[in-house]
Amino acid sequence: MLTLLFDGVAYGMLMFILAVGLAVTLGLMNFINLAHGAFAMAGGYITVLLMNRAGVPFLVCLPLAFLGTALLGAVLERTLYRPMYARSHLDQVMFSIGLVLMAVTAVDYVVGSMQQNIHLPDWLQGRLPFAAVGIGKYRLFIIVTCAVLTIALQWVLSRTRFGSRLRAAVDDPRVAGGLGLDVNRIFLLTFAVGSGLAGLGGALGAEVLGLDPTFPLKFMIYFLIVVAVGGTTTITGPLLAALLLGIADVAGKYYVPKLGAFIVYSLMIALLLWRPQGLFARMGAR
Amino acid sequence: MTTVLATRSLVKRFGGLAATNDVTLDVQRGARHALIGPNGAGKTTLINLLTGVLEPTSGTISLDGADITKLASHLRVRRGVVRTFQINQLFNTLTPLSSLALAVSVHRKTSTRWWRSLGSDAGVAAECEQLLGRFRLGDVMDQPVHSLAYGKRRLLEIALALACQPRVLLLDEPVAGVPEGERQEIFETINALPADVSILLIEHDMDLVFNFARTVTVLVNGAVFAEGDVQSVSQDPRVKAVYLGEDDVT
Amino acid sequence: MSIAPAALSPAARSLAGYARWRWWELALFAALPLSWLLLPGHALLLKDIAILALFAVSLDLILGYAGIVSLGHAAFFGFGAYAAALFAKEVLPDPIVGLVVAVAASSLLGLATSVLILRGTDLTRLMVTLGVASILYELANKLDWLTGGADGLTGVVIGPITVPFSALAGFEFDLNGRVAYAYTLVVLIVVLLIARRLVYSPFGASLQALRDNRLRAASIGLSVPLRLIAVYTIAGGVAGAAGALLAQTSGFASLDLFDFHRSAEVMLVLVIGGTGYLYGGIFGAIAFKLLHDLISAWTPQYWNFWIGLFLVVLVLVGRERFIRPWTWFGKGARP
Repeated sequence: MLTLLFDGVAYGMLMFILAVGLAVTLGLMNFINLAHGAFAMAGGYITVLLMNRAGVPFLVCLPLAFLGTALLGAVLERTLYRPMYARSHLDQVMFSIGLVLMAVTAVDYVVGSMQQNIHLPDWLQGRLPFAAVGIGKYRLFIIVTCAVLTIALQWVLSRTRFGSRLRAAVDDPRVAGGLGLDVNRIFLLTFAVGSGLAGLGGALGAEVLGLDPTFPLKFMIYFLIVVAVGGTTTITGPLLAALLLGIADVAGKYYVPKLGAFIVYSLMIALLLWRPQGLFARMGAR
Repeated sequence: MTTVLATRSLVKRFGGLAATNDVTLDVQRGARHALIGPNGAGKTTLINLLTGVLEPTSGTISLDGADITKLASHLRVRRGVVRTFQINQLFNTLTPLSSLALAVSVHRKTSTRWWRSLGSDAGVAAECEQLLGRFRLGDVMDQPVHSLAYGKRRLLEIALALACQPRVLLLDEPVAGVPEGERQEIFETINALPADVSILLIEHDMDLVFNFARTVTVLVNGAVFAEGDVQSVSQDPRVKAVYLGEDDVT
Repeated sequence: MSIAPAALSPAARSLAGYARWRWWELALFAALPLSWLLLPGHALLLKDIAILALFAVSLDLILGYAGIVSLGHAAFFGFGAYAAALFAKEVLPDPIVGLVVAVAASSLLGLATSVLILRGTDLTRLMVTLGVASILYELANKLDWLTGGADGLTGVVIGPITVPFSALAGFEFDLNGRVAYAYTLVVLIVVLLIARRLVYSPFGASLQALRDNRLRAASIGLSVPLRLIAVYTIAGGVAGAAGALLAQTSGFASLDLFDFHRSAEVMLVLVIGGTGYLYGGIFGAIAFKLLHDLISAWTPQYWNFWIGLFLVVLVLVGRERFIRPWTWFGKGARP
């Protein structure tokens, strides 16, 4: 039971890091980006390639995955995404579905469709003795890393100037622009960081979630659940939603394997019925 | 004088902020009632509460003595409480004619018809013709709304409200953004409305207020600051200080 | 009305012509049965296009006319298919009765799930519709004693089409698909005619009003929730009809009918053909199938890449400009 909780929390924290970029993109640019999972996949593949082909140590791969994906995100934001901000949600959905299809088949073509394996360094394998069963070291690593990232995010948002500019721009881009904030730059940086975090999440999660070209499609619905249920106006909203999702999914698959993902979908629908703007959205959220 | 629309101790809080603070207001039948106040005084919030777009935190709203505090927005419209918006809220891909035809068919109770065409009710056409004529929209009646000039759209904004045959008309800055020359014309149209239609109007243009209104309520920080007929409110030194500033007002 | 035209006011005249048939509509309706007559060898392909078109028209009702962005419309498609297949297998192989049952069943599903799309943002609606389709997929998967699970529902034999109250002999489904195509065409045409009356009615105008501006729609006295429920129910029924036709004319139903790529595909069809004018589903289905066959013949494995690219370009450039290639490099053209 404790193991389940632990696994659920690890899974949830991972989902949070993967999805937080999507939440901010939606809250900030009002853009539904179904291709967000492709950035996660990119981070995973960067890590795999660096580790397996170039022998780069795992820990070094993580920041590289972040940077590489962030760079990719920045380039795409500037060229492809920016013209789409003003378009309807239908257009954005179709656009991002198109991008995902391209990404998925391109990766399949280049790297092949087999699942990729990451050989974790020895010190991350195995279990730590704790209670009766012990804690998986890697899962502990995930929880710690994601927790640190979350705290860092929260700190950036509430303590730095960039954070307050970002919050202002999320509240009202027009007013923020009128106040002289360079909204374009904020968008670019935010999108890049969000994609980078997704990439980092993909790198972290490759071992736990499995990495193959269908990753973005498989997990897209989970990212979207985190964002829809958690709302887009806070960081804690998606965090709690992700934890809820993680625990519900792990527990569901253990206790009622026959129902599988059914539980998660039903829970999501129930939560959205109860709070259509997301669990933690303020009034007036989009 | 009978009260047609009234609020008692109406409060609306957003978090810690009371946008509407204990407002007790009466709109009389046939009123020409202006609601004025500095920006952020809560005038639009009050209209949103009256029309059911917002739910009050506490207090009551009544129409002809019946409590409508919990009544759904669209049902209030059916009972005759109709409003216009400060920023145009129109149906951008429809045409002025079809927008008006739709609004007219609502009060004629044919809006749920699904088999016969929108144009099949002769009464609808007649009413639309009248409205188009009164608001001089006849020449653009078949153009998509998003392609119309601002002035025409503002006229449509008001025409659409009138198409609902209101008993109580709540106008939120009806001439906002309209050039000087055309403002008078719009106000004359409003003035020409039947005497038994009760009108509550938010307005900043003081000339128009004093030409049109018989009663004025001043709202400051969400609360009723002063109320009375036009003359006494315009002479009230407190009102001058908080809102009209140093300018002399006729 | 039998007033002489000269006596009508301009508004009355315009309103009288509100629902008139345009020439190209008449041409389209004539072309449909003509295609059956003139292209007998392509009946199977045309039947598939017609089913896809019907599915897309049902999406147009909620997306183009009511503005509901749904990523799970396949829920009704699959539900209708399974309903028709199960009905034929377990109860009665009559196709028309089966079709009616399937439409009724998916309309009920539409009614039941319509409450989910009433509140919330576009994202909420996306998620909820996606969730419903995913749940149905899981249900069909797990209830394998009923649905055949991952293997699909096979062994569905459809009887001949019998026209009730007539002395006509039944029409057996033939191998060339001509009967199937005729059957599908009749359903498509009937649905289009009914839908046409719907969209030109006050109800149809109110749908467009609430798509354009929900706040104002309520402010002129329209009950938004009731209309959303009504159109979602109808669209569910029509999508169910499309699914039923597929199951009946192909003899089986499978899980992939609920799959996300079906919902995305029908949306793509509608985006290609254009939303909000009722016939976008038809033009889009034709264009999509042609595109699909073209690209798959060339690169069957990586069809997804090219369709993804097509989608990205189509959206970036904008549909209006896309179908006018001479505007692609014009000055300052905006989609």
